[in-house]
Parts: sequence; structure tokens; C-alpha cells
Amino acid sequence: MLPPIRNKIMDQLLQFLISGLTVGSIYALVALGFSIIYNASDVVNFAQGEFVMIGAMSAIFLLKDGMPYPAAVFCAIAITVLVGLALDKFAIEPAKNATVVTTIIITIGASIFLRGAALLIWGKEIYGLPPFSGDKPIVIGNATILPQNIWVMVGTGAAVLAVKYFFDKTLMGKAIMACSYNKKAAFLVGINVKQMLLVSYGLSAALGAAAGVLVAPITFMSYNSGVMLGLKGFCAAILGGMGSSMGAVAGGLLLGIIETIGAGFISSGYKDAIAFFVILVVLFIRPSGILGKAESDRV
Amino acid sequence: MKAMVGYCLFALSTIVPAILFPDNYYVTVVGVTICTNIVLAVSLNLLMGYAGQISLGHAAFFGLGAYSSAVLTVKYGIEPWIAMIAGAFMVAVISYILSRPILKLKGHYLAMATLGLGIIVHIFFVQADQLTGGPDGMSGLPVLTIFGIPIDNDIKWYWTFAIFMLLSVLFSLNIARSRSGRALAAVHGSEIAAQMLGVDTAKVKSHIFVFSAVLACITGSLFAHQQDFVSPESFGFFFSIELVTMVVLGGLGSTYGAVVGAIILSLLPELLIVFEDFEVLIFGAILMTIMIFLPQGLFVAMEQAFHNFMNRREQGAANATS
Repeated sequence: MLPPIRNKIMDQLLQFLISGLTVGSIYALVALGFSIIYNASDVVNFAQGEFVMIGAMSAIFLLKDGMPYPAAVFCAIAITVLVGLALDKFAIEPAKNATVVTTIIITIGASIFLRGAALLIWGKEIYGLPPFSGDKPIVIGNATILPQNIWVMVGTGAAVLAVKYFFDKTLMGKAIMACSYNKKAAFLVGINVKQMLLVSYGLSAALGAAAGVLVAPITFMSYNSGVMLGLKGFCAAILGGMGSSMGAVAGGLLLGIIETIGAGFISSGYKDAIAFFVILVVLFIRPSGILGKAESDRV
Repeated sequence: MKAMVGYCLFALSTIVPAILFPDNYYVTVVGVTICTNIVLAVSLNLLMGYAGQISLGHAAFFGLGAYSSAVLTVKYGIEPWIAMIAGAFMVAVISYILSRPILKLKGHYLAMATLGLGIIVHIFFVQADQLTGGPDGMSGLPVLTIFGIPIDNDIKWYWTFAIFMLLSVLFSLNIARSRSGRALAAVHGSEIAAQMLGVDTAKVKSHIFVFSAVLACITGSLFAHQQDFVSPESFGFFFSIELVTMVVLGGLGSTYGAVVGAIILSLLPELLIVFEDFEVLIFGAILMTIMIFLPQGLFVAMEQAFHNFMNRREQGAANATS
């Protein structure tokens, strides 16, 4: 039997672990989206957070307009995928040969544009989705877990496995991987590189939208909720080593847990600062992320 | 010689309107904003354009300058100039300590680290409310006196900022032609080649990082006194992005490019205000369009077009005479 004080800390830790894994799952999905686009086109897509926002807001408003829940979710993801395809077609593809800084500004421009559009369509108010299946907390030991937390974790797990299957087992997934290794070689063996880029943007947008729909019942959403989520996703992707898909997922979960524990034991006001502090320390010690390969420049 | 003519024209264009229209809104309010943004963009261009090191957290140094002036003068009653120097010294030390580990990073990792730094500093401004007044900010800064003249009205502030801005631009133009400017250009071109030629790249990068940060910090101090109000909102992630946009919009690596970018981005909100709710949308669209079609930047693209035009005319003249 543990002494009471330690017991209390253990209970708290368990509770933090649950919320940390929930938030971390969302970061993982955003980070996975980052790394898919980064792999396919060497672009860090700063509009990734906007995918999350668009997914969530579309679902909220379709549901409001009387669409059944599953259909609203499906349509919301479809809308976001269209936005992702448009982003590639109208912003990334025309700017070929752009430098890292230029592409960063283009995607930031795109994120501002999308936020502006969301502001026009949905206004400034905050909205939430009803939980997928009730809001009766489930008690585990001395901690509680909401059904929606389970949905988030299971949904993320399923999405990650699906992505992994897609890249490991399907022809199209392998073709995208080929593009990320060497575009010219991929083109020479008959892969339609442009189309593969388009698919990666669509896939990445779908993951973002899924994250948005999953998290909307837990945190409220508004037209500018995507910014922080996007930045945290970027954080997670870097933490796991940019370009490594499973690294991004691990980075997301780790970031979520560190952040929640930090907020719980240190200060909730500094919650976001803790995440960025961790990333700075990691970058200073291991400049290529935890799971990333050490890079060496070709001269 | 040609460069001096350009600079004098630029200086005239800032001085003449202030003499002709000392009470005009576009001089006293927009003019000061433009000058502030020009110094910030020029200072960021030293780092991004000359040395090739991206920074998504430049607003942090601007904010540290503003807050150190505000906190030291209001909370501790320290003289404005001493507060300003103390702030600059503090930022110099902080940026020097951070420069080596941060500038070891490259590309997206460097972007992430500077972004993180900017956000941490911003959160500190919001959260340390005992010191900074939290989200509400703080006001009541004492009047700044320069050579015995109290800077207490709008047009005096315009002159202060205009002179400060012109000095910074002159400095930035000159640094490109100095020994350290050429070392920076070498680092930008290829760090390894620069090392081979005996350039201490880590030192060069760290010096320019500190310099760029301190310039932004002093601008922040002046800004705090001019506004007589500081709040975390002015120094957030979005402002850092705007600064990067100014530099890239005008043309990375060109001082006048940074100037043009700063002018455009300061005027844009004034022009877009008529579109009300569409403002954000249009801003994003303009940003994307320029970067997609003129990735080298507006000013640099115009400069190139002008050179091509002149060359063609000279060729035409040469053909006609032969």
C-alpha cells in the first residue's frame, strides 16, 4: 500500500496521462499531416492548423443545419480535402523552385487567407460539437476518462494505422514515397509526380480535418483556433524528426504528455511556453529531433 | 556615388512631407509606424538577407526593448535613457548566449527554434502580470528627452523616428560593403566555403544576430515611449511573421527591399480598412500572389526589370551608332 501523498500524486499523474494522451493524439495527427506534405514536397505547410479548424467548423455548421452526425463528419472531411487540393493546385504548384523561406511565406499567406475566409463564413464566435457518444465519465481507479477522450485516442490510432498501411502496402503510397526520395527518378519510372503531390495534400488535409472533428467536442473552436494547433503540430513533427511519419506520431504523444504534466505541476498559464521550451532544449541538444537522422550537407 | 544619390533621395522623401504637412495623419501616425517597421525590417534583413538565417521570432526582441523601457521607467522610476541602455544590454547578453546554439540549426529547425523563442517571450509578457501588467499591458511612461528637447508631440516623434530610421538604413547599406558584410555574404552563399576561406562563421553569425536583436530592442524602447503604452499584442507571433513578410516581400538581402516591404505592409492595413471584414482574406491573398509570382521580391524584381530596360536601351543606342 502506497502512502497517501504519493498515492494522490499517482492519481494525478494518471489523470494527466489521460488528458496528455488525448491532446497528444491531436498533435500527432497534425504532425503526421506536416510530415506527409514535407516528405512529398519539402514544404512545411503552415496552413496545417487551418485544416483542423476547417474540418471542425464545417462539421459543426453542417450538424447545425440538420445533417445527421456521421454524414456531417464525412462531408466536413471532404470539404477540407478539397481545400487541401486547392492549396496544392493554386499555391504550391505554381511556385515551383521556390526557396524554403518563400514557401514558408506562401503557406503562411494561405493560412491567413483561409482564416479570413472562415471569419467571413462563420464569424468570430466560438462553437463546440456534441460528444460522439454521451458525456458520462468512466472511472478508472481514481481518475476519470470521458468517452470522447477514448474516441480521440482510438480515432487517432486507426488513422495512423491506415496511413501506415497506405504507405507500406499500397502502390500509390509507395509511389508517393518514391517521389519523396527522388522526384526525378520517380518521374523516370513513370510516376505522375504532380498527382502524387496532390494526393499527399489531400491526405494531409483529411488527417487535419479528422483531428478537428475529434477534438471539437472537447475544446471549443473558432476561426482562429487552428493557429496554435498548427504550431504545436509543427513542434511535434520537429520533436520526432522532420519527415519521419512515426516519429511525428511519437513526437505528438510525447508533447501532449509533457505539456499536460507541465501545466499541472508548474503553471497552466505557461502551458504553451513549456511545449516550446522543450522543443528548444531538444533542438539545442539534438538538432535533428529525437527520432530524426543526423543530417549532413552535401557540398 | 550612385548609392549616395539614392540614399539622399530616400532621405528627402522622408523629410519633405514632414515639413510640408506637419499635421497630416499620414505623417504623424502612419509615418511613425512606417519608420518603426522599416528599422525592424532592416534589422531582420541583416540576419535573414545578409547572413541567410531565417528568424520567425524577431518581434520578441522588439518586445523586450519596449517592455524593459516600460517596466524600468514606470515600476522602478529609472531615467528613460538608462532604461533604454539597460534593455539593450540585457538583449545583447540574451541574444549572445542564445546565438550559438540557435544558429547551429538550419532551415526548418532554425525556423522552429526562433518561432519557439518568440512565443515563449510573448507568453512571458502575458503571464508575468506582476511585472508587465499581463494582457492589459501598461502605460504612463515618462517623456523622453533628447539633447534637452522633450519629445512630447507627434511631429517631434516623427522626426525622432525618421532620423533613427535613416541612420539604421545608412548603417545597413554600409555594412554590406564592409569586411564583415562580405564575410556575411560568404556565409550566406556557402557556410563550408566560407569556413575554408578562414571565416569564423559561428562568430560572424552570432555577431549579426546580436546586432540585429539590439537594433530591434532599441526600436522597441522608442516605440514604447512614443505609444506611451505597451501590451503583449504588439509583439506576438503574427507580428514576427509580418516582419519576415516585409523583408521577403521587398526582396531578401536588399536594404531598400526591406524598406519597400515595410512601407507596403504598413500601408496595406490603411488601404484595406475599406474592405472591413474582407481585410484578412485580401491580405492573405496578396501575400500568396506576390510570393508565388515574384519570389525574389517586389523591389528586387523592379530593380532587375529597370536594369534590363537600361541595358537594352544602351544596346539599342550602340546598334544605332555603329
